[in-house]
Amino acid sequence: MVNMQQEAKNQICVHCGDDCGKHPVMWDDKPFCCNGCSTVYQLLHENELCSYYDFESNPGIKIESGKFKEKFAFLEEEEIANQLYDFSEGNIRKLTLYVPAIHCSSCIWLLENLNILNSGVLKSVVNFVKKEVSLTFDSDQVSIRQLAELLSSIHYVPEITLDKLQQKQNKDANKKLLYKIGIAGFCFGNIMLLSLPEYVPGSEYLETHFKNFFGMMNFFLVLPVFLYSGNDYMISAYKAIKHRFVNIDVPISLGIITLFIQSSYEIFSGTGAGFMDSLTGLIFFLLIGKWYQNRTYQALSFERDYRSYFPVAVSKMENGQEVSTPIEKLKKGDIILIRNQELIPADSILTKGDAQIDYSFVTGESKPVFKEAGDQIFAGGKQMGSAIELTIEKDVVQSRLTQLWNQFDEENSEASKLNSLIDRISKHFTLIIIAIAALSGVYWLFNDTSKAIFAFTSVLIVACPCALALSAPFALGNTMRLMGRLGIYLKGSHVVEKINSITSIVFDKTGTITQADEVKISFEGEKLTAEDYVAVKSLTRHSTHILSSSIYDHLKDISPENVEDYHELPSMGISGMVNGREIKLGSAKFISEGISESKSLTTEVYYSVDGNVKGHFTLSNQYRSGLSDLIKNLSSKYDLHVLTGDNDAERENLEKIFPASSNLRYDQSPNDKLEYINQLKKEGKKVLMIGDGLNDAGALKSSDVGISIADDVYHFSPACDAILESSKFSELTRFLSITKKSIWIVKLSFLLSFLYNFVGLYFAIQGILSPIVAALLMPISSVSIVAFTTITTNLIAKNKESENKITNNKNIEQKDFVSAKSVQLN
Amino acid sequence: MSVLFVLIGVSMLVAGGFLIGFLWAVKKGQYDDSYSPSVRILFEDKEKKAEELLDLENTAKKNHKS
Repeated sequence: MVNMQQEAKNQICVHCGDDCGKHPVMWDDKPFCCNGCSTVYQLLHENELCSYYDFESNPGIKIESGKFKEKFAFLEEEEIANQLYDFSEGNIRKLTLYVPAIHCSSCIWLLENLNILNSGVLKSVVNFVKKEVSLTFDSDQVSIRQLAELLSSIHYVPEITLDKLQQKQNKDANKKLLYKIGIAGFCFGNIMLLSLPEYVPGSEYLETHFKNFFGMMNFFLVLPVFLYSGNDYMISAYKAIKHRFVNIDVPISLGIITLFIQSSYEIFSGTGAGFMDSLTGLIFFLLIGKWYQNRTYQALSFERDYRSYFPVAVSKMENGQEVSTPIEKLKKGDIILIRNQELIPADSILTKGDAQIDYSFVTGESKPVFKEAGDQIFAGGKQMGSAIELTIEKDVVQSRLTQLWNQFDEENSEASKLNSLIDRISKHFTLIIIAIAALSGVYWLFNDTSKAIFAFTSVLIVACPCALALSAPFALGNTMRLMGRLGIYLKGSHVVEKINSITSIVFDKTGTITQADEVKISFEGEKLTAEDYVAVKSLTRHSTHILSSSIYDHLKDISPENVEDYHELPSMGISGMVNGREIKLGSAKFISEGISESKSLTTEVYYSVDGNVKGHFTLSNQYRSGLSDLIKNLSSKYDLHVLTGDNDAERENLEKIFPASSNLRYDQSPNDKLEYINQLKKEGKKVLMIGDGLNDAGALKSSDVGISIADDVYHFSPACDAILESSKFSELTRFLSITKKSIWIVKLSFLLSFLYNFVGLYFAIQGILSPIVAALLMPISSVSIVAFTTITTNLIAKNKESENKITNNKNIEQKDFVSAKSVQLN
Repeated sequence: MSVLFVLIGVSMLVAGGFLIGFLWAVKKGQYDDSYSPSVRILFEDKEKKAEELLDLENTAKKNHKS
């Protein structure tokens, strides 16, 4: 027996690497954890695609439910399909699908060999960074729906949401930046080469026609940089001035334009060589800084609205026929069919069938709600059990949930940019520089008129805040990248700055400080025998109810037996005969008239054998490990709040974890949460909100920093500023301290760049700024700032990493659940 | 010394060629995904081998029949 168990434990699913348990599904002498996995293997085996398993061990993806029958039915709809195509001519179609499951080289291999599975696929190319597959296919041989189903059948389920349909990504912006960098780099290099003769001793012997030629070459080379590569800065500065504020681009543009005019004048008048090399170098370095800052996590989606939660289409009943209809087209009065596990897209009234709605997505409350015909059902609930028919009450856009989102549409992100540290500094900076330039100009006007204009322009040139403009992008961009490696993905580097200023932290409960899928189950009553456990496991296997499946999952190492005479009473319980004993599981009322449900508000499932009540299972939430340490650390620096959609059954536990000063609120609807955040903001607090679900989406969006917590960062996460891997939740303090330190680094590098400016001003005010000083000062300052910021930010993250290793070892028994799944991001 | 003009002209042409090469590469999306090409190059063209095998088998059968 012991041996058997050992063997069973050692068997790992060939496909997905999961533990196969005691009874693996065997096929081709290979163990599989479930039928789904073995089906994929068989499919690949038949098509001689088994080298899939050669590149990486156990590369497959496990999927719990293997049914995709109707999920992609909406793709038959011409209108939706047309929106998806990148290209369509004749019967050749091209489309790009987002497949979050792409994770290794085997995935790339298999997805690029799709034409073996279906000859209608002409070409498939994977973009690993974006987790996308571009498919070119023959629409005569294979339909878009069949393609989606083919991908699902090998467990690469494409995620098609209306969200994606609406906005074709702005990937061109990134390319444009690369063009600009390329051109600026080309011109910078050549101008440096042509300017070099001026700097070496003996340049005064250079023949004049060479000087003229080099000057003209420089002038023509600088034009594309000035007009094309650098135009963003001038446009941004122009916009800023128009809106009556000063951003960092104003002094930069001032410098660029002065450099250009001064140098052109010198070249055409033959009075000097100009500063063209400084000008192109400046723009080149600035663009590189911009590129560094703009690199984000392309595969992650931070911008989501209700469309990404709701299905693209649902089945509408028309004259007794099912018609797949896009949800945007649903109108009041339409009758729709919702199957097991499907989401309800709009507020509606139940007309047919027994509904068992799981609102955990909306309210956070994990207990499903039972509804009968005639009851109102709100959007966002998920039907569990048999199919139901609903009559729509309100348009999708007008339903309660979507309204939460729509009220943000008008808000502009422009306003937040104003507050950034660098713009605040540049406001004073610009004024001071202009003052210094004017003063030195006036001074020379009275002492040596010939130097006046030159001194004025020199100050503007030398003060051009290149190093200043680079310090923030590199420090914050690098911090963002390092944090991504540690498990928190920021939307952009500006989030680092925002996190630094927060004063309050608001937690959602379900799924955030508790684990959504992990339920703590305990039994109270008579001691259960092994036979009892077998009976419970066997019985729960037959029910799709969320409580049954929780209990079923809880009893891991027990193999179920046959159940006879199985009955399920909705909202009551389940019963059946196991080994000749009558087993009942369910609510107190269902088990026996005599007992009443205890007063505690936790979820209870009663258990009886042959009419004897043995006791009840108590299901309660499991808190994330390391939570109390985390709260202890945070409570000294921030004020803490907890918002939950659940009732106050967990009050005692929560009060143990959270200090008395923190605010705990129960029974909060999505709207309450949003209001609460707004209230805190009105009190002048900077709010960090951490949540996970649809019900937090509004609150996440309205908070200063919204962090959404996710088990799989590529799947479902509401609109937010950052995504946190749930296994890294306990390291939140560490993330906060990293951001604090990186802001310090930014400030230090500001100081450093001011120092360079002083050196430059020393020459400029005296009117003796030579091109070589400018040409040296500019790259030296930029490079040293970049080096300083990247090295120090790396050091911070490293220090923390080693510190963390020590604490990790201490808490090792607590952290055993941390998944080792490494994610590759750019 | 006037050879310098020629040299600079030639060097500009060469450098310009590289610039165009870079812009073309960006346009073609070569910088979009920096990971999968490194893996893709290691894959063997197995499907072709399988086809060849089939062909061989078919010809063998034909030969056998005749």
